[in-house]
Amino acid sequence: MTAQGNLKRVLQSGAFAVTAECGPPRGADPDMIRIKAKILKGYVDSVNVTDNQTAVVRMSSFASCVILKDMGIDPVMQMVCRDRNRIAIQSDVLGASALGIKNILCLSGDHQRFGDHKGAKNVFDIDSLQLIQCIRDMRDEGRFLSGEEVKGRPDIFIGCVENPFADPFEIRAMRLAKKAAAGAQFCQTQCIFNIEKFERWMEMVRGLGVHEKVSIIAGITPLKSVGMANYMKRNVPGMDVPDKLIDRLRGTPKEKAPEEGISICVETIDRLKGIKGVCGIHIMAIGWEEIIPEIVKSAGLYPRP
Amino acid sequence: MIIADRKPFDEIMSMLAPYRDILVLGCNECVTVCAVGGAKEVAILASQIRLRRTKDRISSEVHEKTIERQCDIEYLEELKDTIGGYDAVLSLACGCGVQFLGERYTDVLVLPGVNTTFMGVTERHGLWTERCQGCGNCVLHRTMGICPVTRCAKSIFNGPCGGSSEGRCEIDKDTPCAWHLIIERYKKKGMMDMYMEIVSPKDWSTARDGGPRKRQREDMEI
Repeated sequence: MTAQGNLKRVLQSGAFAVTAECGPPRGADPDMIRIKAKILKGYVDSVNVTDNQTAVVRMSSFASCVILKDMGIDPVMQMVCRDRNRIAIQSDVLGASALGIKNILCLSGDHQRFGDHKGAKNVFDIDSLQLIQCIRDMRDEGRFLSGEEVKGRPDIFIGCVENPFADPFEIRAMRLAKKAAAGAQFCQTQCIFNIEKFERWMEMVRGLGVHEKVSIIAGITPLKSVGMANYMKRNVPGMDVPDKLIDRLRGTPKEKAPEEGISICVETIDRLKGIKGVCGIHIMAIGWEEIIPEIVKSAGLYPRP
Repeated sequence: MIIADRKPFDEIMSMLAPYRDILVLGCNECVTVCAVGGAKEVAILASQIRLRRTKDRISSEVHEKTIERQCDIEYLEELKDTIGGYDAVLSLACGCGVQFLGERYTDVLVLPGVNTTFMGVTERHGLWTERCQGCGNCVLHRTMGICPVTRCAKSIFNGPCGGSSEGRCEIDKDTPCAWHLIIERYKKKGMMDMYMEIVSPKDWSTARDGGPRKRQREDMEI
């Protein structure tokens, strides 16, 4: 086995991890990734690259992760089940490992209904849970899904996602338990705005003992304006933005809204740090990546271990 | 049964444009039940075509007929003496009927008058919804009678995904989340243990992915 990735190292050291999301460009310019990465370098433990999120075509997560890796950043490659069958998925797992990508985050993927290619044919040959299990078996058992032997096992730290704000609420902790049983080692959650509900979910997670099997990294999104908050509440599936948060932003003068958004974010991080079983935060600053260093510093999470 | 939608009238007219003598051919099975290709719809469509052609001063003969099943060789036989006399046959049967008719009468030009949409049920008068994709390996015993292949937009076996909200699918507020329904039934029957089982990847070779399918029973062959 080769040296472990930075994210795994930080989580295993017991330090509070900080990761960030990087949406790749809708074009072939690698500098678009490099510019975002330069802002983040040193402030986060790893950078997570989305895989054609909301089914909009972008530079591949795989290629973007290689660019990040070349800059000395530990990338998390997102992999969705929407666009690839089990043959392509397993092939990309091998390729990613061969190029030094250490982390893969397994997701179902947004339906193409949301994207810019609504007439596309989807795949969904396997689901996110089966993907987790597939990578684990390739790594630990040296077996492909077919049962054939993997010659040169991929060295992958396996991640999953969970949305504590989706329904039915009562199975959301159980679903994470299933993902842990399938082989997930870390979990990034949906953006947390309703912290009370997140606390209730964590209580259920601890009740099942899942927090001892999976490192839970809580999702954070800074809200830049009341318009953004309203948009997320109304248009993004599975997003829970409480009215009191929207009211707070509405009560702030427009030019001060980004500052207030950062304050909300830092307050949320402070509260998350106190929740047993939360091992870190994952910052998804959609189109506002430049703010991440300030959030990390304000939250007392800089310098990174 | 098989559900279909009639093709838009203008599309039908443009398909028929090169042909003078036309037979509009209905089917007395599924497409009759879903009110798209039975004798009644044949009569309405034939009248519409005649009216439009009269209005456009195009000389034309539009004939009507409905047979029991276009997907069954036995019923196609009754057309053998007449079908050669038309320039084109507009079939209002599903895609199976359209193809089978063309296979039996290879000199006849058969055109589709409907879009075949899915295998489904009549939920209520005027509403048909999908239930089965014919994947060739039924899992309904494990999913409380609700098909995740068909009714989950992502066909996932370990659902629900993170897009399920208040019992609805992320793709559309009018679409129930199949996994929400499955879980409700697990709970009602005290079978949540089944939910915790991780379902392995499905073998899709029995579905369309394995290539065109056939079923043969030698004991029934004459």
